[in-house]
Amino acid sequence: MPGKLKAKIVAGRHLPVMDRASDLTDAFVEVKFGNTTFKTDVFPKSLNPQWNSEWFKFEVDDEDLQDEPLQITVLDHDTYSANDAIGKVYIDIDPLLCTEAASVISGWFPIYDTIHGIRGEINVLVKVELFNDLNRFRQSSCGVKFFCTTSIPRGYRAAMVHGFVEELVVNEDPEYQWIDRIRTPRASNEARQRLISLMSGELQRKIGLKVLEMGGNAVVGYLQCFDLEGESGLVVRAIGTACTLEKHSSGSLVNTHTHPNTAPASNACNSPSKDGKESPLAHGCRSTHNSPVHSACSSQRLSQNFSVSVPTLIFTGMGSGGSAGKEAGPLKTLLRQQTQTALEQREFPFFTLTSFPPSFLVHVGGVVSARSVKLLDRIHNPDEPETRDAWWEELRQEIKSHAKALGCHAVVGYSENTSICEEVCILSASGTAAILNPRYMREGCLDIGSTDQRFDDPSPPSCGFCHIPYDELNMPFPAQLTYCYNCRRQKVPDVLFTTINLPAEAAVTGKGCLIQARLCRLKKKAQGEVNATAISNLLPFMEYELHTQLMNKLKLRSMNALFGLHIQISVGENMLLGLASATGVYLTALPAPGGIQIAGKASGDLNNEQHVQSIQKRINDTIAKNKELYQINPPELTEEGVGSPIPEPRHRSRLFRSHSESSDEVSELDLSHGKKDAFVLEIDDTDAVEDIHSLLTDASPPTGFYTCNTETMPGIYNWTTAVQMFTSVRVLRLSNANLSNQSLNKIFTDLCENLLKSFYFKLRSNIPCCLCHLNFTVAVPEEELIQVSVTAVAMTFDKDQNQEGFITKGGNETEEQLQFPLELCADSSSTNAQPSSKFSGVPENTIVSSRAASVDYGSFADRCSTWLELLRLKANTIRRGSVKTSRRTQSLAHSVSSLEHCSPLTEGRPRSLRSSRSFGGSSVTMVKMTPLSFLPGTRIIKFLGIINMFFIRETTSLREEGGVSGFLHTFIAEVFAMVRAHVAALGGNAVVSYSMKDCVLMENPNKNQAQCLINVSGDAVICVRETDQEPMTSMTNIGQTCAADGAT
Amino acid sequence: MAVELDVFVGNTTIMDEEVYQLWLDGYTVNDAVKVRMAGGVLDECEANQDVLLSDTMDQYRTFQMCERLLQSPAKLANQLLFQIPPHRQTMLIERYYAFDDVFVREVLGKKLSKGTKKDLDDISAKTGVTLKSCRRQFDNFKRVFKVVEELKGPLVENIRQHFLLSDKLARDYAAIVFFANNRFETGKKKLQYLTFQDFAFCAGQLINNWTVGAVDNMVEDMDVDLDKEFLQELKELKILITDKDLLDQHKSLVCTALRGKTKAFAEMEANFKNLSRGLVNIATKLTNTKDVRDFFIDLVEKFIEPCRSDRWTPADIKLYLTHYTNSAHILDSFKHQAVWDRYMGVIKSCIYKMYHD
Repeated sequence: MPGKLKAKIVAGRHLPVMDRASDLTDAFVEVKFGNTTFKTDVFPKSLNPQWNSEWFKFEVDDEDLQDEPLQITVLDHDTYSANDAIGKVYIDIDPLLCTEAASVISGWFPIYDTIHGIRGEINVLVKVELFNDLNRFRQSSCGVKFFCTTSIPRGYRAAMVHGFVEELVVNEDPEYQWIDRIRTPRASNEARQRLISLMSGELQRKIGLKVLEMGGNAVVGYLQCFDLEGESGLVVRAIGTACTLEKHSSGSLVNTHTHPNTAPASNACNSPSKDGKESPLAHGCRSTHNSPVHSACSSQRLSQNFSVSVPTLIFTGMGSGGSAGKEAGPLKTLLRQQTQTALEQREFPFFTLTSFPPSFLVHVGGVVSARSVKLLDRIHNPDEPETRDAWWEELRQEIKSHAKALGCHAVVGYSENTSICEEVCILSASGTAAILNPRYMREGCLDIGSTDQRFDDPSPPSCGFCHIPYDELNMPFPAQLTYCYNCRRQKVPDVLFTTINLPAEAAVTGKGCLIQARLCRLKKKAQGEVNATAISNLLPFMEYELHTQLMNKLKLRSMNALFGLHIQISVGENMLLGLASATGVYLTALPAPGGIQIAGKASGDLNNEQHVQSIQKRINDTIAKNKELYQINPPELTEEGVGSPIPEPRHRSRLFRSHSESSDEVSELDLSHGKKDAFVLEIDDTDAVEDIHSLLTDASPPTGFYTCNTETMPGIYNWTTAVQMFTSVRVLRLSNANLSNQSLNKIFTDLCENLLKSFYFKLRSNIPCCLCHLNFTVAVPEEELIQVSVTAVAMTFDKDQNQEGFITKGGNETEEQLQFPLELCADSSSTNAQPSSKFSGVPENTIVSSRAASVDYGSFADRCSTWLELLRLKANTIRRGSVKTSRRTQSLAHSVSSLEHCSPLTEGRPRSLRSSRSFGGSSVTMVKMTPLSFLPGTRIIKFLGIINMFFIRETTSLREEGGVSGFLHTFIAEVFAMVRAHVAALGGNAVVSYSMKDCVLMENPNKNQAQCLINVSGDAVICVRETDQEPMTSMTNIGQTCAADGAT
Repeated sequence: MAVELDVFVGNTTIMDEEVYQLWLDGYTVNDAVKVRMAGGVLDECEANQDVLLSDTMDQYRTFQMCERLLQSPAKLANQLLFQIPPHRQTMLIERYYAFDDVFVREVLGKKLSKGTKKDLDDISAKTGVTLKSCRRQFDNFKRVFKVVEELKGPLVENIRQHFLLSDKLARDYAAIVFFANNRFETGKKKLQYLTFQDFAFCAGQLINNWTVGAVDNMVEDMDVDLDKEFLQELKELKILITDKDLLDQHKSLVCTALRGKTKAFAEMEANFKNLSRGLVNIATKLTNTKDVRDFFIDLVEKFIEPCRSDRWTPADIKLYLTHYTNSAHILDSFKHQAVWDRYMGVIKSCIYKMYHD
């Protein structure tokens, strides 16, 4: 009995009228945990009952404490018939299990019913007493902290970053069980909510175990997702980055978790490290246990499983052991080896982080991604979800080999997601290949900056990460290299794509902006294998076109790098939707991008020529306008021809970068980029026409607005405390059945553009502001429906003093950099020389590629092709009646660089005066929410635990609730309310790293019905004004009780 | 291609005051969009009509969801569904309970019943206030009426506390409740020239001086019902007109005081008996509910109209009524000074307020 859970029901308010005769309610409450239930007395005839119950005590295993939610049901007592349920509150008590988080949960919770929504509120007090038990860590992982934040949480420092943790659990979906035919929708919804709550509790516990095994004490960048696979089941999976975190204030140098550098080389994730003295875990102890989620039955499904995997990236240089570039210094080699051994131990050197401590990131290679199309089959044995595991394993191996091909030993900004339509499922994984500083990976390296000095990469922080990590002579893909424009010492690519946030120290010129590529592709309706094959055939084309669009748009804005790249491909019955979002910036270290050139097909045709010229003019004008808009004035003016991005007419036909300017090792400082060829678009090509249209129809944000999908915008430091988080959902019905790809693209593009326009309009009172972390999600909920959901935050800043500090610092930085030794080439020899033993678990066929079968996109022989030029059809291996097709497209590895101190956070800003709050008399705590990891002008003083909530809402009176818009509007507002209430009850006043991971809407207007599922997560925190010590809001009614005794 | 669903939800509920006003005024979404376009809001942010329509629909939905809370404003402060900063809450409530003077003039003094509600179409047509807005205003009156009906304590204070209204608005509602309760006739043609604010002022006078609450502040309905004892006592004032000596004496005292101070002196002297009879008769009849209802019409017919036809200036009215009131104190045989003051104090300020074009 390692734990005692105590709950007290205090009072209710605003209850609904349950007895029409008296217009009152006779309410009582059931409190349930596990299989134990307590009841309060009935408080007769009141809508504001005061139960003031005794403390209900549950004596439970800490394992259950982690898995189970506390379930509170409010009912109306009825003498003659069954008691009517008013609604429920599920309270996740996980935050109470961690000594550093909340110590008590106390506050008003909305009483939620899946049919009626919020029906009044209930005041509850919950505490946990954990006993120290010798077996305490046997199956539970109490005490491991979880953070959604994809960076080292503020107030902590990473003593050690252990690496990737993943887990998934599966179960039957209650909605598809036979019993669902006879139970009420309410019962079914509640069964589902409860199951998912249990499953995510279990998942979190299991991940926690792995973290303890690795010697860590926290998971950051925790990302949990649900796959509603319909008939075939329900999958809850999570990935994260295990870390050993230390409180900043503690000041202690030595971490208690001393973890040996050389753990068993096999796979640290699955096997316990015996020698970690803090790791009392028994090997493999968690395969079977008593969790109620599990049910046993045998599994044999691999044999029936058809799978087609379509990784999106291929690296031509893969496997070639191209050895050291000439300049590779011994120091660097040493560094590499060090890092290697640290990372080598990990099965997957992946990190879900997107922002890093200074100097963590050494070099960035480019985006690596992989997709695979799978046919779902029934999950037979929830205890051994190995098929799903195997699927992801495959993808991860793919990613890992891609990273290797880029000369990188790690993948950062890593994420995974799925899109499911009927029985077809697209699994996607993506990240950014990178080389990391080894000191975070090894033990005993906590003393940052002293012991490890000699291993520090000599590259200046403002551009070092842009320097290519791969071998110049054996480039994994055709890229054009120049010397870094910042330090002039090492090579950089001309474009860099990444999935991470812009490093705070990067040197950037001007502002950035959101860049989106949007694409629809129709496909025939089909079933099973045929369908899967059709989809997998389409994927590489989509991937290719999305990247072409991104490149075009990037150049149109005169920028040279993308951050936070997220490509989503969503599958529907008769179409595929692709949406790529990223934040474009101009990295000072990278060469200025060339322009875009339009080429007509038949020279000589006068009309055509004029047409081409007019389009060319429009494009040039747009580029010039954008330069001004985003304040892109590269500091180095040595480059010739910046103003005229159009190459000489004779180059106009087709320019293959490979011969027009492959970078030349002879010239010490290659400044030739100035006359670099432009991006050529031929307008005799229908796709190109479409591209040009989409290029020119994208409106830039109106004055006063900036947009990005990363955390912050370079060049803006002086945020005010005013933040407005919002969620917007739009669904479009395509009425015309015979749409072409082009018109669909137009519709989809307009949908996204119109959403942005709506945001600008709605948030116009916040000007000047930046819409940060704009996160678009697309779905095809039904045939002919396109759904786009967006969550973002509008952050206001002070207009004045926008830019200063940036220019001056840029100058200094360049000078400092000169002190570093010159090192031109990244040495990839050690990378490539790694024994392939780690691939042993992967089918050979995924690695063996035949270069011959490349598909040439004739019409696209412009410079895009240098990014993604080839599609490779890889060997099809047929085994056990299943077809596995592995297909690889191109790599998009682009790189870059830049200034420092772009972080709007670290600099003291004289903000916070215009505080949006003077909420004295209000009895409800204001809770701020943001998808970012911080709130401007405030300091997070405590992380209270993770918020991970799943809600279902259903209605059978859709019209009465204002139609589907009214229904969803209410539901989203209710979800916000419940999140805020939980945070407030934990004693918090804000949620950071908030995200809405799922919003699944099903409707049937004819039957007047609709159902919606929403999953949200975030980190509950207490924050104070940067200048204050006290919490910033009036937390008078709730916060104080927190002072009570602790969780342990 | 059609937008099937379109929602935007902010963590802090976003509400545009202009759209809120249009919603309160009962504009349909489409009409509201037209008004907003005409207002030039589009130029602000490079928006187009679709954007405006989408925004307007969102806001309308938000307001509809909030309406339930606005009907019991105290709930707005501690509900959890919408995160609205307190100063915005105050604005929402104040505007929700605001009403159109033209509308309130139509229902002032009427019974707040279903019957009246049925007539709202006509009122809407007559006043140009949309039916939807009429309904909201009417329901607000009724809701406030029902709540304060059962409460003890001062009327204005009760309204202010229960509906979180500003002092000014609470006083207006007190007037509306007071008029509805006593069913004062305000609709007659002769009263059409009076504004709601005229009546609200008079109601304030009556509440402060003639109700039970004016003497005892802890009874139910203290500010809604007129003080019955006082009304009985008013009968005693009849002596001022029935006693011929007293009447003459009163007249000569007033005329002495007024002589030379006004151009209208001749008319005042000539009309003294008529006017005095008028005012005193009003006082003595107030025990009949029917006559209470006719209080304002009587004031107009018996006093204001005659004066107006003789072209008295407002200053004349003030002068006359002051001396008329004060002279009664000098009358030896007149023993009802206290009642007289309580009566005339109100009459004087009401007439003064009501004496305009």
